[in-house]
Amino acid sequence: MGALTLSNVTKSFGAVEVIKGVDLEVAEGEFCVFVGPSGCGKSTLLRMIAGLEDVTSGEVKIGDRRVNDLAPAKREIAMVFQSYALYPHLTVEGNMGLALKQAHVPKAEIAASIGRAADMLGLEPLLARRPAELSGGQRQRVAIGRAIVRTPKLFLFDEPLSNLDAALRVQTRIEIARLHRDLGATMIYVTHDQIEAMTLAHKIVVLNAGRIEQVGAPMDVYNDPDNAFVAGFIGSPKMNFLDAAALGQQGASLGIRPEHLAISRDQGPIAGTVSHIEKLGSETLVYVHAEPHGLLTVRLFGEHDFAVNEAVRLTPDPARTFHFDASGKRLR
Amino acid sequence: MSQARTSTRRTIAAHAVLITYTLIALFPVFVVVINSFKSRKAIFSEPLALPSASTFDAVGYRTVLEQGDFLLYFQNSLTVTVASLFFVLLFGAMAAFALSEYRFRGNLLMGLYLALGIMIPIRLGTVAILQMMVAGGLVNTLTALILVYTAQGLPLAVFILSEFMRGVSDDLKSAGRIDGLSEYRIFFTLVLPLIRPAMATVAVFTMIPIWNDLWFPLILAPAESSKTVTLGSQVFIGQFVTNWNAVLAALSLAILPVLVLYLAFSRQLIRGITAGAVK
Repeated sequence: MGALTLSNVTKSFGAVEVIKGVDLEVAEGEFCVFVGPSGCGKSTLLRMIAGLEDVTSGEVKIGDRRVNDLAPAKREIAMVFQSYALYPHLTVEGNMGLALKQAHVPKAEIAASIGRAADMLGLEPLLARRPAELSGGQRQRVAIGRAIVRTPKLFLFDEPLSNLDAALRVQTRIEIARLHRDLGATMIYVTHDQIEAMTLAHKIVVLNAGRIEQVGAPMDVYNDPDNAFVAGFIGSPKMNFLDAAALGQQGASLGIRPEHLAISRDQGPIAGTVSHIEKLGSETLVYVHAEPHGLLTVRLFGEHDFAVNEAVRLTPDPARTFHFDASGKRLR
Repeated sequence: MSQARTSTRRTIAAHAVLITYTLIALFPVFVVVINSFKSRKAIFSEPLALPSASTFDAVGYRTVLEQGDFLLYFQNSLTVTVASLFFVLLFGAMAAFALSEYRFRGNLLMGLYLALGIMIPIRLGTVAILQMMVAGGLVNTLTALILVYTAQGLPLAVFILSEFMRGVSDDLKSAGRIDGLSEYRIFFTLVLPLIRPAMATVAVFTMIPIWNDLWFPLILAPAESSKTVTLGSQVFIGQFVTNWNAVLAALSLAILPVLVLYLAFSRQLIRGITAGAVK
């Protein structure tokens, strides 16, 4: 039995169909990440699971219960929002306890539950404060604490780290991963940041234009993409797509990751000129303009020197190439 | 350096303009108040002079307090204003919440329909309103006035508040729904406190025309027991003789309650309770 089952779920706003038939099964205790470009419907899908948006057709099941027509509060879920969404008029303790109070849980039990969550997140010194008196990172921890207190069947995260600065984002990401290990709960996490997706997920769901492009473990999605969209979306810097015909290869395009392109001054099948170079210390990114392929990225480890406008030659690693047909489908 | 000098000059210019405007705006009020303390002769001989020992006369206030039942008029005005204000804010905010929060067929049309009242003056319907009040047996009651003023204030309230409601974080409302709050609790405990400044603005805009109105009290509630202050002051203005002392005294007194209500709401205008709710 899955913790969450979506069967042919669709969603339309008027005549516009934003979710075009999604099937998905998330197992108990799994950390599942929805990732995709903005506007792909990932947040809408999450809100449908939460019950904040109606399901146009199809079926949403949490555990083995159909929840299509169930109010959000009755679905035994908890959600963490991008903007924290703390109640400004309540203290941290009040914020965390509100859901249980609404469910008429005895006071002692609520206090114990808040205590446990506060202990996990180091929130004890803040319990009496109001949201206005907290920093951004603290607010997000309170929002996560508010979710934990409910001991829900399903945790839903809607881009929870987007409003935090870079350092805090890494720290909170690690904290969420630790929480998932400690609680063993099922979590659904929406993000457009593929680093979050790769580092947190057991299962990545890549969405594009209201459809699932691929579902799989992070490394499966990375190493074995089903189509050109997934190949291009997962991995940073982006995968290069070469003109397959120009190289005498099968298919319409040939995908190769920047780290699998070798660069040299004198040998290689692809000729081009350096258009820009970025040195990051641990790695060097060389942008090479090559006809008819366009701008290609080469990723080198360590420091390398190339001059802009210098003529170079590139060699793809044949074992690491992906072939795609004209519609973007992977040819195996 | 030059930057600093220009900005000082600009500040002075801005203040000069604002102070001039304030003086112009306050001048009539000032004239009303000073003349209310002068004898009738002094009002006409030197209308702009401050009351002096020889011209001071509180006869206007004495007349107002003795003649007519001014305490009752004040009470009536206050009841009508406060009750109308309460209903305008309550129903206006609720309608605005529904319009901005829920997707339903005809949402936009309904919003336009409700805002139409801003453009069409309610006084055009005076005859029909009077007929309705007569039929309902509400003539000469404060209820009639409260109903009319509520209707009069709603369009602008709905229009302004629905704009502000759209600005309230969706996540906050969603969080409330997930935590099991009812739509009423979300509205009253989460959304209303966040739009308090907008409510205060609407309150001020709604309150002043109601307090100052002469038209509807004259038509719907001219009886002694339901007279408002504005209508009550009219007894001193006759076709041939006007008791200026009393009129000016009554007007001076009528300023006070509005001033108090205004101060109460303007404090809300600058409240920053929204800080910290969402980033």
